[in-house]
Amino acid sequence: MKDLKQYREWFQACVKCGACRATCPVFKAENQEGGVARGKIALAQAMMDGQLFAEDGLIHDLSQCLLCGSCTHLCPNQVPTPDIVAAARMEVAQKNGLSGLGRGVAALLTHKKAMDWMSKSGDLASRLLCRQIPETSGLRLRFPLPGIPRTRTFPKPSFKPFLKREIRQTPSRSTSPKVLFFTGCGINYLYPEIGEYLVRILNFMGIHVTLTDEQVCCGLPALSAGAGEAVETLAGKNLKALKIHAFDYVLTACASCHGTLAGIYPALGPDYQPFAQKTRDIMDFLMDMDLAGRLSSIPRSEARVKVTYHDPCHLRNYGLTRAPRQILSALPQVDYVEMADAATCCGLGGTFSVHHYETSQKIGTQKAKHVAQSGAKIVATACPGCIIQLQDSLNRKNIPARAAHLLELACQALPIK
Amino acid sequence: MISKRMIQEFKEICGSEFVSSDKANRILHSYDATRKQFLPDIVVHPADARAVSRIMTLAHHHRIPVYPRGSGTGFTGGALPVCGGIVMGMSRMNRILDIDQENLVAVVEPGVVTGDFQKAVEALGLFYPPDPASLKVSSLGGNVAECAGGPRCVKYGVTKDYVIGLEVVTPTGDRIETGGTTMKGVVGYDLTKLFCGSEGTLAVITKIILKLLPKPQAKKTMLVVFDAIDGAAKAVSAIIREKIIPATLEFMDGRTLDCLRQTAGLSMPQAARAALIIEVDGDREFLDKQTQRILTVIESLGVLENRVANTFEESEEIWKIRRAVSPSLRKLGPDKYNEDICVPRARLPEMIRRIEKIADLYNLPIVNFGHAGDGNIHVNIIADKSDAEQKIKAAHAIEALFRATIELGGTMSGEHGVGIMKAPYLSLELSTESIRYMKILKKALDPHNILNPGKIFPDAACPPPGEME
Ligand code: SF4
Ligand code: SF4
Repeated sequence: MKDLKQYREWFQACVKCGACRATCPVFKAENQEGGVARGKIALAQAMMDGQLFAEDGLIHDLSQCLLCGSCTHLCPNQVPTPDIVAAARMEVAQKNGLSGLGRGVAALLTHKKAMDWMSKSGDLASRLLCRQIPETSGLRLRFPLPGIPRTRTFPKPSFKPFLKREIRQTPSRSTSPKVLFFTGCGINYLYPEIGEYLVRILNFMGIHVTLTDEQVCCGLPALSAGAGEAVETLAGKNLKALKIHAFDYVLTACASCHGTLAGIYPALGPDYQPFAQKTRDIMDFLMDMDLAGRLSSIPRSEARVKVTYHDPCHLRNYGLTRAPRQILSALPQVDYVEMADAATCCGLGGTFSVHHYETSQKIGTQKAKHVAQSGAKIVATACPGCIIQLQDSLNRKNIPARAAHLLELACQALPIK
Repeated sequence: MISKRMIQEFKEICGSEFVSSDKANRILHSYDATRKQFLPDIVVHPADARAVSRIMTLAHHHRIPVYPRGSGTGFTGGALPVCGGIVMGMSRMNRILDIDQENLVAVVEPGVVTGDFQKAVEALGLFYPPDPASLKVSSLGGNVAECAGGPRCVKYGVTKDYVIGLEVVTPTGDRIETGGTTMKGVVGYDLTKLFCGSEGTLAVITKIILKLLPKPQAKKTMLVVFDAIDGAAKAVSAIIREKIIPATLEFMDGRTLDCLRQTAGLSMPQAARAALIIEVDGDREFLDKQTQRILTVIESLGVLENRVANTFEESEEIWKIRRAVSPSLRKLGPDKYNEDICVPRARLPEMIRRIEKIADLYNLPIVNFGHAGDGNIHVNIIADKSDAEQKIKAAHAIEALFRATIELGGTMSGEHGVGIMKAPYLSLELSTESIRYMKILKKALDPHNILNPGKIFPDAACPPPGEME
């Protein structure tokens, strides 16, 4: 992984204009300079220059980042704050050792068997809720809830991970591209049905999906926790697992996985580059396959439901904002409405909501209000992490709307048996 | 250093989580948009005017420098704690206390973000015009302290034209009110206007009374491209002679256009040497006529192209060009010196020519754009600050620029203030006598020189260390 020193020129590029104060969700919730990109960059630089050591205040402020990239998006100089914060966290971990949490993530996520076992051993979410899973568990981190009351709502847990299921598929048409599905933990362990929707839609379009149980976590939670080595280990395992297959594209249905594969892996070495280049978000891919065209040939239904869209940060940062909206607009059972601030982070953000559940809630609440104001009954998105956070925020505010993956709505619309 | 006992007192005043001498927190309050850094000893965040007054009283007694801070987005270092001491963050005082729709007056605390305030009044059909580029993040307190301007000033004036009353805490810790909520008021000296633009050196602003206007019904934006800077400048005068005052009259010079062409993919005729963005506002029915009149009076002034926006989106497209300017400059060189000189409108072409000469003389790219309507030019000298030779050249160029500006009857800062960045040049513009009177004022209000010391005056010094237990 890149270390802090490699960001030296970016420290110069931050002109301290403070424009990020208008876009950083953490700053907007907390109104403190330590929360904003400009502040974190100043601290990271001070640490690099040896002015500041891995002390409490610094660790606290560095933990206050969703790695969402909202700052970069509108920064006049496109300073990559999330990368800088990740590198700074790694440096802290190197100096102080990984936090208990970080150690847990690194240990757990790099051992897929443990993850599978935990999922099998029953009601995962309620275990997390009842705090039966040790503080150090990586799943706590990915879907975190320290000291969180039972009020936090969770998806119904999967007893059988997606990749352990028997998925029946139809063979590809000869002209179809070869695709491989990078599942990610959220879909594999918590929302396996999203994986099933993806396979069904692609099969319907004449595309067979390669699935491999050898893949592991993409590494974003580890990156977020500052566990640089774990990121490399995970990436290595994924590379090994995927490269034995022939594929034109690696598809993701999790924005975070997409961001990691396309954005973080290329820095790990030349081997990763072709792999990263072939990574495509499912919605983007489906647009190319003219899903919107097919959908619009289906007659519009009488009883339509109002749906709005939340941009996951890790798609927005890649400019992937149009395809999901085009698909939503083409859905025969949907009346698409745009909500206010659709592109603002939902507030989950990897390790963030572990350390700062209250701030995370504040950000989520704002989002929930915007959903309510739009009048939508469903807020569609393209990332399991966002679904968890959105649903939780909606429930807490008693807003009668639900969060769903776009694939679910698309699958509903298509004449699939 | 600040004694343990004093830290304890600050904690009692502000609440302990709002006082910090942690290194990380000090770093977080050490910089602003000048990119210079000075570490304070302690950072405090008072909740109200009473707390501000108690802090000032203590600081006055112990002779510790105090630096009020809004959002930290200034370009001249107004918020920089150059003498160490206390940074007093005003972010907790961020309530809009009242919007009086009958009297068109609002009362706010200093930490309210300008853009948030504008949204709040616009939702009621009202209007607060000052629009500094940083409005989405800058605070109203900072805007008043620096007397912020913006593109709309040509028609609507600057911040101080909207401030009709203040509550401030003086450097000795007294709380006083100036002005009031009436549009008129001539009893006593106008202290309100004295504190506006005093760059936080005369008092800490704790409450602001602002005048509001009805919100204009609509606006219309156009982009006009000229073959020479003279044409653009003449157009500005022609429009005003026609008795039309546009809400904004922004210009970009040839180098700006070249830069946009190279880095932001702007398509514009090669012969383009200047462009104006003109926006008129008011009743919808008049706008089309006004636009037409403007296009007619400037027709013969070397117009190569014009684009009139008919929808909000088209207008955004035009403004996008303007907003692309600052980011695109970075691609010309790693650093820029951003000066904001202001000359009488009619001298604009002459000023641009002088600037071009300076650029040639020192062999540094200089890019100009800004608010043509009021003669306020943002002069961006591109240089690499890590290169010693370029740094010296830039310093000479800046001095030459200020001298030329003043010769043409202008001022070296239209909007940004003096702070530490322009302090060395103060005597180019002000006479020894007027500087002396300013110092008398400062001394009378701040006998120990503890409020925002080290600013404005070329010989501004830090206060001698006081009683530090
Ligand atoms: S990160 Fe970007 S937006 Fe924020 S202060 Fe630095 S340059 Fe400005
Ligand atoms: S990545 Fe997100 S949370 Fe972190 S500084 Fe940027 S905007 Fe704020």
